Amino acid sequence: MSEMSTALELQPQEHHTSADEDELKALVSRILAEAKSQGATAAEVGVGDDIGLSVIARDGDVETVEFARDRGFSISVYVGHRMGSTSTSDASEEAIEETVRAAMDIARYTEEDQYNGLADADRMATEFPDLDIYHPVELDVDTARDSAIEAEQIAMDYDERMFKSDGVRFASGSSCGVYGNSHGFLSALRGSRHSMSVSVIAKSENGMQRDYWMTADRDLRKMDSPASVAETAASRTILRLNPRPIPTGSYPVIFENQVAGSLIGHVMSALSGGALYRNASYLVDSMGKQVAVEGLTLREHPHLRGASGSRTFDGEGVATTEKTFIENGIVTNYVLSSYSGRRLGMPTTGNASGVSNLEVETERQSFEDLLRSMGTGLVVTELMGFGVNTVTGDYSRGAAGYWVENGEFAHAVDEITIAGKLDEIFGNLVGFGDDVDTRGNIHSGSILIESMTVAAN
Amino acid sequence: MSNETTVLAKTELLERSEVTGTQLDELMGNLMSHQVDRGELYFQNRRQESWSLDDSLVKNASFSVDRGVGARAVRGEKTGFAYADEIRPAALEQATDAARSIAKQGDARSVALRDELNVAALYQNDDPIRSVAQEKKVELLSHIDKFTRDLDSRVKEVNVGLSASQDTTYVYNSDGSGTGDIRPLVVFQISVIVEQNGRREQGSSGGGGRHDLNWLFETAAAEDHAREAVRQALINLEAVDAPAGPMNVILGPGWPGILLHEAVGHGLEGDFNRKGTSTFSNRVGELVASPLCTVIDDATIPNRRGSLTVDDEGTPGQRTVLIENGILKGYLQDRMNAELMNTTSTGNGRRQSYAHLPMPRMTNTFMLAGESDPEDIIRSVNFGVYAKAFGGGQVDITSGKFVFSAVEAYLVEDGKLTAPIKGATLIGNGPEVMSKISMVGNDLELDRGIGTCGKDGQSVPVGVGQPTLKVDEIVVGGTQA
Repeated sequence: MSEMSTALELQPQEHHTSADEDELKALVSRILAEAKSQGATAAEVGVGDDIGLSVIARDGDVETVEFARDRGFSISVYVGHRMGSTSTSDASEEAIEETVRAAMDIARYTEEDQYNGLADADRMATEFPDLDIYHPVELDVDTARDSAIEAEQIAMDYDERMFKSDGVRFASGSSCGVYGNSHGFLSALRGSRHSMSVSVIAKSENGMQRDYWMTADRDLRKMDSPASVAETAASRTILRLNPRPIPTGSYPVIFENQVAGSLIGHVMSALSGGALYRNASYLVDSMGKQVAVEGLTLREHPHLRGASGSRTFDGEGVATTEKTFIENGIVTNYVLSSYSGRRLGMPTTGNASGVSNLEVETERQSFEDLLRSMGTGLVVTELMGFGVNTVTGDYSRGAAGYWVENGEFAHAVDEITIAGKLDEIFGNLVGFGDDVDTRGNIHSGSILIESMTVAAN
Repeated sequence: MSNETTVLAKTELLERSEVTGTQLDELMGNLMSHQVDRGELYFQNRRQESWSLDDSLVKNASFSVDRGVGARAVRGEKTGFAYADEIRPAALEQATDAARSIAKQGDARSVALRDELNVAALYQNDDPIRSVAQEKKVELLSHIDKFTRDLDSRVKEVNVGLSASQDTTYVYNSDGSGTGDIRPLVVFQISVIVEQNGRREQGSSGGGGRHDLNWLFETAAAEDHAREAVRQALINLEAVDAPAGPMNVILGPGWPGILLHEAVGHGLEGDFNRKGTSTFSNRVGELVASPLCTVIDDATIPNRRGSLTVDDEGTPGQRTVLIENGILKGYLQDRMNAELMNTTSTGNGRRQSYAHLPMPRMTNTFMLAGESDPEDIIRSVNFGVYAKAFGGGQVDITSGKFVFSAVEAYLVEDGKLTAPIKGATLIGNGPEVMSKISMVGNDLELDRGIGTCGKDGQSVPVGVGQPTLKVDEIVVGGTQA
């Protein structure tokens, strides 16, 4: 168990400093200058530099220790409206020349596209408020291992039906991203992320079931305690034991908070500029139209302090802003980059890198009240597979969870599918929980849907 | 992998970076100076180029190079791993220092590299990116765009993609063996959107393998995929709501073999079975499928997308029988899990890149042909679903539950295919569904080379295949209860 002690001295640099930032900025400037000298009329460069440590413990001992250090840069050059892109991890002077040349070479063969080009100069971010997202820690294998082993033990002691640990992972990382373009925009964003996940297997005479739980935060000190993560993982696993069949039929369905975000994600995919201009969305021409229940507003908060998706500028240097995509059920904005915006005849919304901290704003009630208002129906705690067609809105996915009768847990359910159409699902959201899950980029509580088709064995 | 390949790989990865044989041995000595059982240095250089057409314009293309080295030290069930995204002695030393820290300092050990092995290469060393001139790639995409739009006036959108990569690897194991591989991989994909009376549907097709791009110019493959994508999209314009509930399901030949990948393949990977977390754990010798089923993982088929002359640990690719006449025969192994289970690697140690740890992974996984005429299989069903094409799938190893989603399917009524139905997810339990396979067709097909498998966040190219199969009962996730 003490075998890990030597690791501590081996990582001389454990997080990013302003000197790293300056070095990356100098690299970006150098690449932009090279692009100009090779004849590019415009260029943009993104550099990412990530440092991370991951420790996995299983059966009371450390199993895997991984040290990560990645640096890669991607460059796009424009010659008029022709474009070429390259990426590499090699930042040597020779590689910079070669990589720019490869991009220029591609731009000789690609076709003129009037919509190609940098985002407009007047949209570049000019204000860079502190987002409170950079809390690096000294990477310490021993501490990570000890927390992981402690959590594993708590999970395994939770119930006599606990059968095996499937591993506890403690990961900590720091990243520094720099973006620059030939408008003269050059800015950096540093961030950290720490997480701990506990995965366990329980067993009964009806077989094994696995589940897990994870805590994640920009700031290590704000993570849930190892004990709390362990207990949540163990209780969720026990809840899945002894699944019983239910008849195929139409039932009310609650998407538990941690899977509810995926549902919101599908509507956001359908509102993305790339899908819309390709006619690959069931929400083509939906601006100003009602696409969800009146009670639903989806608002992004890109500058939310300490949140997982926070950023001051997007992947094109465009300032991010707070905005709604759906307000009282009506589409108010598409998710646009400068390219998809031009294709649709609209300005960019600063979403070239997707949405940031999307909040589901509704009238909320407690999860218990949500169960009571459902009465009898299905709670989905896990989704499987890829059966969502954004073009048609057809939805059919594998699921597991539990059956509820009279507002109370009845028994576990698995090997089922839930199906419907996204427009009908979003027209039938009848309740929202106050159990908002803020770990990911979409912040949603549990969601009650009036009716979906549930197929079961 | 002839010696020629190893020499070429070393030149590309080591000589070009001015890393000498002596330095390599010193680095391996450094990695092994702690009390570890085994170590490995994995050098890689992957170049990739992609072209895409959208809105009738080849508006962008990208080229990338990813080059680096991964250092791994193993002691029992423990692994230390670090990597560097540059091949330089100083970065390598730092990586080996970090990886060996999984174990306490031990006695100095010296390892001397000897290149060995003489395995017949399953693919060419030539660079697929340069196999065709740039102008020809652009012309092909534009030609296919026009060809596709001319097929039917209802075609509204056409997206075409073409990519080629060359992956050069060299793995130096602490047993002294050094093995190189140079892997080509190309993919052609097309997706279309058709529109009729305000209803929009999509269709897609694609293919490729470990060869160069000339196949697109010497055969009608690109046009075939275009026709297939349009056919599928037009069929879907007529699709009615899918039924819901357990029923007879017929799976067509080829890509529906994703069934085997999810229902059987993952659950037979050595890591899950060593840890006892798979629904198939400790079941070798047991009947886990219908006696009609023989399932193989075969890395040795020339030029296939999932094939490997040697795996990412330097073990030659193999043909492994997983299930024979319904009986579980064995697992897919990498070195570490094989050693811990007192067996030998089956050549299934794969990793996404130098920055990822190897794991047991599938290569080309398929079921051997049976004796039934596919037409008889359809005739045997009174009411059910015939699924011809699928999107992705997923499995929960522990419970055995798996899903896969049909993107082209039909109702079967009174022994005949009738209305096309909308895409639906199918869900079942691996061993249960395999035991309910009641007819196996004589029409084994492998897929056309577009599969990518994800596990623990790592993606690797794979192949699947099967003959037409009848499953007596599996849950179909439609909307019509």
